[in-house]
Amino acid sequence: MNVPAELKYTDSHEWIRTEPDGTLTIGITDHAQEALGDLVFIELPAVGRKVAAREACAVVESVKAASDVYAPVAGEVVAANSEVVETPEKVNSDAYANWFYRLKPGNPADLAKLLDAAAYTKLIAEA
Amino acid sequence: MLKQTPLNAAHRAAGAKMVDFGGWDMPVHYGSQIEEHHAVRRDAGMFDVSHMLPVDLHGTDTRAFLRYALANDVEKLTVPGKALYSCMLRQDGGVLDDLIVYFLREDWFRIVVNAATADKDVAWLRALAAKLPAAPTITPRRDLAMIAVQGPHARERVWQVLPGSRAVSETLKPFTGVEFGECFVARTGYTGEDGFEVILPATRAAEFWNALAGAGVRPCGLGARDTLRLEAGMNLYGQDMTEDENPLQSGLGWTVDLKSPRDFVGKSSLAAPAKRQLVGLVLVDKGGVLRRHQKVHTAAGDGEITSGTFSPTLSQSIGLARVPVGVNPGDRVEIEIRDKRLAARVVKPPFARNGKSLVN
Repeated sequence: MNVPAELKYTDSHEWIRTEPDGTLTIGITDHAQEALGDLVFIELPAVGRKVAAREACAVVESVKAASDVYAPVAGEVVAANSEVVETPEKVNSDAYANWFYRLKPGNPADLAKLLDAAAYTKLIAEA
Repeated sequence: MLKQTPLNAAHRAAGAKMVDFGGWDMPVHYGSQIEEHHAVRRDAGMFDVSHMLPVDLHGTDTRAFLRYALANDVEKLTVPGKALYSCMLRQDGGVLDDLIVYFLREDWFRIVVNAATADKDVAWLRALAAKLPAAPTITPRRDLAMIAVQGPHARERVWQVLPGSRAVSETLKPFTGVEFGECFVARTGYTGEDGFEVILPATRAAEFWNALAGAGVRPCGLGARDTLRLEAGMNLYGQDMTEDENPLQSGLGWTVDLKSPRDFVGKSSLAAPAKRQLVGLVLVDKGGVLRRHQKVHTAAGDGEITSGTFSPTLSQSIGLARVPVGVNPGDRVEIEIRDKRLAARVVKPPFARNGKSLVN
């Protein structure tokens, strides 16, 4: 399973990359796309929406199941990737290149609570 | 401990993602469910359906027994090899199972029943038989495996790997089968495509499966099986039909023979007018995928989705729903999906056949 070392993760299977400007780019992990199977629908939060940590703010549906995508930390949505809405199957091909949305974190210290690659690898190995 | 078919090792070797399907360890897909779906619509795919159970009924009274036990009338089966789709009902009309019955000889019929209901079905049939002075012997055939080979090129691939089978099966009409050595080859399926279902000794299943794979037939899992059958407008037992609804309320009136004067189990319960019906839905609005249990709002009252998915052939979400009588094809209805109400159009299934959309 592909778990890039430079990213952070949640136990609900989102990945998080901190950009140079301090915003967070968020997507779903390779493990998540694999478990869901062929993706056919993605709904993203509106830019400007304020979300709480662990709030359901996006939806992903495969042929067989629907699943919520959660905010890793509290913050404000500053961008949404319309490309994955148009072509959800791209997430199956590369879950880390095809991000969902960007968040400006309310409190950067919250990032310390996220999992690193080693902890996430352990989590999915035990699942 | 999950039950395994004779092809379990072959599925794992092919990289299948396995799931617990009613107590059976079965492949849901081998990588991409959508690509498997398209393989069946465009070329040829194969499904391990060995979890389903063939049950042989032997004896001179078999035909009379099945005329009583099944809602469709096996009197329609006059030529050996001919198959019939039927429901088996409770006295109150609830659907115990749906099955295919094959007429092989006057003293030998074979039914193929669903995996999850197999034990219940056999017990039910034996209890029915026990009440009759003359009844067939009922023999479950777990020694057999079953592989469905489906798609526009499915039959020729079977002929390629079963030398000699072409001569006996090329002229088979849909819904008929023929014995071929230890195998039984029937022109049936659950996908809306041409093809064969092959019943063969469990000991030969892996060899046949691997030969088909070598001939370019793509292994397909239960995921593709579900999207294919739904596009073809076929019910799934346990979702679109259950013990709680009679066949007339499950889109299966065409399988119930009420014309012949014979009595059959459940017949007396079917005189009351239907209150509900099963219809097809195509999601018109964007915003999600139709799923089982979603609420359906119609001008005639509320209903519920019984099967829903994303249709790879239509690139649209489709479903079956049980709604009040009075809802008609062409009507607009609303589906509750998460916090929204999305518009859907009522259609008469099937949604697709032989690779083409029938609803747009």
